[in-house]
Amino acid sequence: MIWSWNYTFEALPIIAKASIVTIEATLLSFVIALVLGLVLAILRMSGPTVGWVTSAFVEFIRSTPALIQIFFLFFVLPKAGIVLDAFTAGIIALSVHYACYCSEVYRAGLEAVPRGQWEACTALNLSSWNTFKNIILPQAIPPIVPALGNYLVALFKETPLLSAIAVLEMVQAAKSLGTENFRYTEPMTIVGVIFLVISLVSAAGIRWLEQRLNRRSVR
Amino acid sequence: MNATTEHPMVRFEGVTKRYGALTVLDDLNLEIKRGEKVAIIGPSGSGKTTVLRMLMTLERIDGGVIWVDGEPMTHMQKNGGMVPAEAKHLRRVRSKIGMVFQHFNLFPHMTALGNCMEAPMTVLGLPRREAEERAADLLNLVGLGEKKGHYPAQLSGGQQQRVAIARALAMRPKVMLFDEVTSALDPELCGEVLQVIRKLGSEHDLTMLMVTHQMGFAKEFADRVCFFYQGKICEQGVPKELFVAPKNERTQQFLRAVLEAV
Amino acid sequence: MGIISLSAMLVAALIGIAIVAGIGENAVFIPGLLQGAWLTVQIAVVGCILAVVMATIAALLRLYGPAPLRWLAVTYVEFFRGTSALVQLFWLFYVLPDFGISMEPFTVAVLGLGLNVGAYGAEVVRGAIQGIQRGQWEATTALNMTRWQALRRIILPQAFVAMIPPWGNLFIELLKSTALVSLITMTDLTFRAKTLNDYSFKTIPIFTLALLMYLVLSLIVTIGMRRLEKVSMRGMVRGQGRT
Repeated sequence: MIWSWNYTFEALPIIAKASIVTIEATLLSFVIALVLGLVLAILRMSGPTVGWVTSAFVEFIRSTPALIQIFFLFFVLPKAGIVLDAFTAGIIALSVHYACYCSEVYRAGLEAVPRGQWEACTALNLSSWNTFKNIILPQAIPPIVPALGNYLVALFKETPLLSAIAVLEMVQAAKSLGTENFRYTEPMTIVGVIFLVISLVSAAGIRWLEQRLNRRSVR
Repeated sequence: MNATTEHPMVRFEGVTKRYGALTVLDDLNLEIKRGEKVAIIGPSGSGKTTVLRMLMTLERIDGGVIWVDGEPMTHMQKNGGMVPAEAKHLRRVRSKIGMVFQHFNLFPHMTALGNCMEAPMTVLGLPRREAEERAADLLNLVGLGEKKGHYPAQLSGGQQQRVAIARALAMRPKVMLFDEVTSALDPELCGEVLQVIRKLGSEHDLTMLMVTHQMGFAKEFADRVCFFYQGKICEQGVPKELFVAPKNERTQQFLRAVLEAV
Repeated sequence: MGIISLSAMLVAALIGIAIVAGIGENAVFIPGLLQGAWLTVQIAVVGCILAVVMATIAALLRLYGPAPLRWLAVTYVEFFRGTSALVQLFWLFYVLPDFGISMEPFTVAVLGLGLNVGAYGAEVVRGAIQGIQRGQWEATTALNMTRWQALRRIILPQAFVAMIPPWGNLFIELLKSTALVSLITMTDLTFRAKTLNDYSFKTIPIFTLALLMYLVLSLIVTIGMRRLEKVSMRGMVRGQGRT
């Protein structure tokens, strides 16, 4: 048959439960990525050696698959004596991976702030910390919010990678259901639809946000 | 048709153009004779650039008909009446018109020679050798013979504009339109472009229509000057009369303001 | 990063591979990993070709096609951009057999990745074409070219140059996404690394080697695209002809 509604209704609660894991993974990773990304961006701007090392690190992470990074952390950490469950290891890997993407976005935002702003702060004798917090960041962040939003959506769509280390997020749940019942169509399609809907809604949300931000800023 | 009464080369018949609620051209009637050189002047927003752009079919017409060389361009005769022109008809009539733009619009990925060869080969189907010869001749005509292998990025503004003129001429148009062709140039580069236009005017039987701010040039070069104001021709006449003794007050105001800026 | 820095990184990565392989018995992993890398390259290349083809068709349909085809292009783009690459691969791999369509894993891999990246590519192509200054179109009208002639001879060649950097990024995304095929039983570089790890537990050298190999491939793509951009520009200046 093409579609079994019985199976669908059986699958929904299981997938719903797994979706909570997906959402938790997404939000946790993203928050860490946001903070870590800013740190990386700042490190890149401070001093030649530190800057170069940070750049190399960021390029390395960005140029290699997230999946391997997830495997790496999952299998390596126990050897260093740190025993983490799959969920935590996965979060850390995804956070670091997306922190590197975010650091590039932050960098673009910071570089877009006119040189004159930095110079005015020096002329007014503001401390570095103050300059950054009150003058530079408030100008750098609004234009890049849509780009960061896009990475949030991208992160959300990459959480299925965690299924490779048996984290029970949505795709893993769909796979288990499929293996148990010898039929993948319904669970996989449901999961696909959920991703599609959330993705489209977020994309619309980001566009709306972008318009609101553009209206406020003077261009 | 009586061969001695020549039809005008270009005729705007009751032409209207609107952008939403704004009427840019209002029931314009304008005739340009074969070989005539007409300068169009006026303040910004007066509709003068729109006149050229509609003739070049870059803008759609909202009312009236534009005639080129005796036949309608924007419309065609069908079953005894006028209907909007089909693409094929439009292209055929449009081929008699060439245009040079304020910002040159040269093709950056082709050399000067390539720019001039492209349309003759692609549109007219000329064989490569012939197109190359024609292009080289025209580049010589505008004084850029040795620059034919250069890309636009390697040429000055004045040189680029001259290439643009050669490119337009390569299609052998009967009518040449010049849309503020020196406005984007540094002052010292204007002369070389105006010189080419002067040469074209004297050596070739081209009908020329130019929108310009170069009053001095218009005064000595044009056969007729049209002063546009708010979508209508406010005043037109021979340059000697219009520039020296304008009849209309708005014309006077405009000319005073322009001369003050010099 | 300039081409020189990139080349330096490439050399450093290759040296890194040699060094790690030289430690202890790590060299024994190299043949298996290289075989995996070869499959990765094959999937990536075919996938990229499919992506470019799909992207160009979708972009042109969206810009110039009749209404139903335009709608189809939009649906394709929104659908494949909106769903997760892994979900798409799993769907092709696990669900289609339920309907009697069973494909080789290689075909599934190439199809899934190609369609996915092609959807992102469609926006790149569309953006590049729309980014060409209006003046270029007007010049073609003034020269009496048809729209198709203008596209073919003037617009697309310029759009092509503008597209190269973003396509470079997309190709690297595709390369990284090939790692996903290890989860549908394909023996690519990631699969090999994981299997070797399952047997020998020498996690750090194995995954370091795998990561370095991906880095090498990634740098080759980036350097290649930079050279391609330079060659296609041929007398043009960066940003010329674009709005």
